[in-house]
Amino acid sequence: MKNPKNDKLDASKVVIQELTGEAQPHKKRRGFWKSIEIPFLAIFTGLVIGAILIAVTSETVYAAFATGFGKGLETALKEVGAAYWALFVGSIGDPARIVAALKGGNAVEIRTAVNPILESLVQSTPYIFAGLACALGFRAGLFNIGVEGQLFMGAAAATFVGYSITTLPAYIHMPLAFLAGALGGALWGMVPGLLKVWTGGNEVINCIMMNYIAYRVTTWLLTGPMTRPGTGGMPLSPIIQKTAEIPQFFQAPIRFHLGFFIALAFAALVWWILFKTTWGFNLRTVGNNPRASKYAGMSIAKTTILGMAASGALAGMAGGNEILAINRSMAIGLSSGYGFDSIALALLGNSHPVGVVFAALLFGILKNGATKMMVVSAIPIDIVTIIQALIIIFVAAPAIIRSIYRLRKPKEETAVGITLSSWGGGN
Amino acid sequence: MAPILQLKGITKRFPGVLANDHIDLSLNKGEILALLGENGAGKTTLMNILYGLYQPDEGEILVADNKISINSPTDAINAGIGMVHQHFMLIPVFTVTENVMLGSEPVKAGGFLDRPKTASRVREISKQYKLEVDPDDYVKDLPVGVQQRVEIIKLLYRNAEILIFDEPTAVLTPQEADELFTIMKELTKQGKSIIFITHKLREVLEVADRIMVIRRGAVVGEADPKVANRNELAEMMVGRAVSLVVEKAVKKPGDVVLDVKDLLVTDIFHQVVVDHVSFDVHAGEVLGVAGVQGNGQTELVEVLTGLRKMLSGEVKFEDVNIANTSPRRITEIGSAHVPEDRQADGLVLPFPVAENLVLCTYYQEPFSKGIRLQFDKILENSEKLIQDFDIRTPSPLTPVGSLSGGNQQKVIIARELSRPIKLLVASQPTRGLDVGSIEYIHKRIVQKRDEGCAVLLVSPELDEIIELSDRIAVMYRGKMIAIVNAANVSKETLGLLMAGIVPENLEKETKESRIVETTF
Repeated sequence: MKNPKNDKLDASKVVIQELTGEAQPHKKRRGFWKSIEIPFLAIFTGLVIGAILIAVTSETVYAAFATGFGKGLETALKEVGAAYWALFVGSIGDPARIVAALKGGNAVEIRTAVNPILESLVQSTPYIFAGLACALGFRAGLFNIGVEGQLFMGAAAATFVGYSITTLPAYIHMPLAFLAGALGGALWGMVPGLLKVWTGGNEVINCIMMNYIAYRVTTWLLTGPMTRPGTGGMPLSPIIQKTAEIPQFFQAPIRFHLGFFIALAFAALVWWILFKTTWGFNLRTVGNNPRASKYAGMSIAKTTILGMAASGALAGMAGGNEILAINRSMAIGLSSGYGFDSIALALLGNSHPVGVVFAALLFGILKNGATKMMVVSAIPIDIVTIIQALIIIFVAAPAIIRSIYRLRKPKEETAVGITLSSWGGGN
Repeated sequence: MAPILQLKGITKRFPGVLANDHIDLSLNKGEILALLGENGAGKTTLMNILYGLYQPDEGEILVADNKISINSPTDAINAGIGMVHQHFMLIPVFTVTENVMLGSEPVKAGGFLDRPKTASRVREISKQYKLEVDPDDYVKDLPVGVQQRVEIIKLLYRNAEILIFDEPTAVLTPQEADELFTIMKELTKQGKSIIFITHKLREVLEVADRIMVIRRGAVVGEADPKVANRNELAEMMVGRAVSLVVEKAVKKPGDVVLDVKDLLVTDIFHQVVVDHVSFDVHAGEVLGVAGVQGNGQTELVEVLTGLRKMLSGEVKFEDVNIANTSPRRITEIGSAHVPEDRQADGLVLPFPVAENLVLCTYYQEPFSKGIRLQFDKILENSEKLIQDFDIRTPSPLTPVGSLSGGNQQKVIIARELSRPIKLLVASQPTRGLDVGSIEYIHKRIVQKRDEGCAVLLVSPELDEIIELSDRIAVMYRGKMIAIVNAANVSKETLGLLMAGIVPENLEKETKESRIVETTF
């Protein structure tokens, strides 16, 4: 046992503890590796199983096996290698090309060479916002499955402010449109929170219902009040003003934009609020042990409403960001399931803002690389979806990973250091 | 004759912990062996091995000289080993017969349940061992002591020869406990063998034929209850001399701090749980609230600490009415609360010790400025309290959930007692703790009383109430049926009161108590 006197603690130690310890409660400090062991092995295992799937679904591999086992194995390895190489080149970039470009010194060539990684960051951006939304909810003991709906409402609000106001300078208009997105999501997210407090209604059910309402409301908005003139009833909004755009740093086709850094800033802000403020302490206490929070004089009702609103605001930012930085107008197919992937993201990132950012980067990379993989090696994009699903399953059920790699079970099962008051009523 | 049960070299390791270290145990036919040890000493692990819930890493189990392996409770029952759990495994809306037959239901032709057959068997067992249980009663209508006897019948019905009782008296009144001891003796007289797990020294001396003491997973010795005394046993359990008597100076109580008048509380089913209760607590006195668990004490405490709303009545803290106000307001005016269930109410287990130590004050200076938490101050505070209250933790940043029960409770005690308080509401402050921690927490509570704090102590442990209290109130079915002076009330009288019986001579005792009260 260490004598606490000799073990003086400073702020940086606290930070490290929170990154490694608090996110993995019940564990003594076992270092950084212990805290990322399960996600890392889950990703690795997911990729291995993905490789097997690529091999067993390939006609070429079967044909090669027909000529001989060695030949078959070689072809299988080649196929998998080609696919994963394409995934890598598509999402990170071709190292040889980057090196050549850097040597050549041609600015355009350099930008084009590093575009894959920049595009991965672009793809990650909505995942970061949506993942933070879900993680914040989890920390408060709330299962916000309504991120998708909040994202749509946020996008609609941002779009409206983006195109309808014409006289503002960019440095006011862009933040205003972005905040409108946050507000739209916050109001939409607050509704299940209020219903939970007033009526005891389960926020999971109500969030799902709010999603349906959000789809229909945005469809109505886009075909009615917010429709683009002259499109003949197509569900499409007007294009936002130049002043409302979140700037892209480079010329097309490079889409890398300021939104990525805004997302990182909000990740830092969420981390600060959760772990450095009284409000975050309140929120985490309610999320971890509602009875103790009541005993300590905290208001569960207030935390539930504000928690849902804050979570909704982050979800709304995911929508607003997509409109203002990428799409520049709103259409129906805005989200490719960011709201639902965000639940998996929060889980993968252990509901910690830093974890969420890394999980979002992983999802962005996989999503971006998958397209390239399909083009180059004719591997269906669905393989990547399966790999993602496998990773999530392994993270959600760490017992599988532990049994594969013969890891020791932690003292108590706490893959995610949260309790969900609405699940099963256990707490 | 060979012992009916032998454990040889049982060893069980958990990551980082040696729970059982080569334990040898032998149980003779027809004897009561008491297994005495602090919480966490390894008693429960050992019994779980015997009951098939854990597998030992080393060692063997012999029943009547035959080596057996027990992989599940079913194996244990087949080997004639049965366990009466601390928490009963009964279905309240079933009759005794139905509860007994559950799991091994006899059927008549056509697949119909053969209730009469079981009922007559229950009646037989009940008569043979003088258990006095009617097979047709519904379990929900039975007092706790009788429910426990239903559990015993369940085991006897399954032909158990070895009965394990895990802390069986925790839920009983002293009288019910005495009845249980009579039954245990009757069972052994008729050839059954019993292992009796407990940490209560008095009971061990009363009922056991042989005592085995376990400390830190190993057997530290055996004792003969005929010659052993409480101090010796406590010393064996803890490994050092323990003072079992709380030293408490006679002190004149001061002004009334908490004044409760005609308090009426109902639960969510609109059943009265606290029935027109009136009492007061003075500065510098401990008012003990005795009573079997579930007689309204929990609800009373919840109302006093703001966690539950009352229906009518008056609760005054000094001159402030605190009925139906918020827990935070009650905390802020100088009341502290040690909750009954420390893990559910008092702590956030995944949070570090430091954060748990500011659970009620995190929003105040110096622990925060505006909305910013001041971690250096929070850590400073925790380092001081860890030292002052002797909390054994590797660091202030260790999650409180990984500390032992005693140290978890010390975290709560440190948090609550370190604030400037005028009233301490302590609900079962030593529940499930080891002798060493109990001694320490008792000392701290008495110290607070001596400093002039009013203390309301709620506990189902009569010994604790008697040792600490200046006055004792007894609750029965929501009513406070008597408030007596602790100095001149016998344990027997309290026991009767806990069972709802007001003895005739109480008149005199309470009168004396009232006289003492008026001389304050």
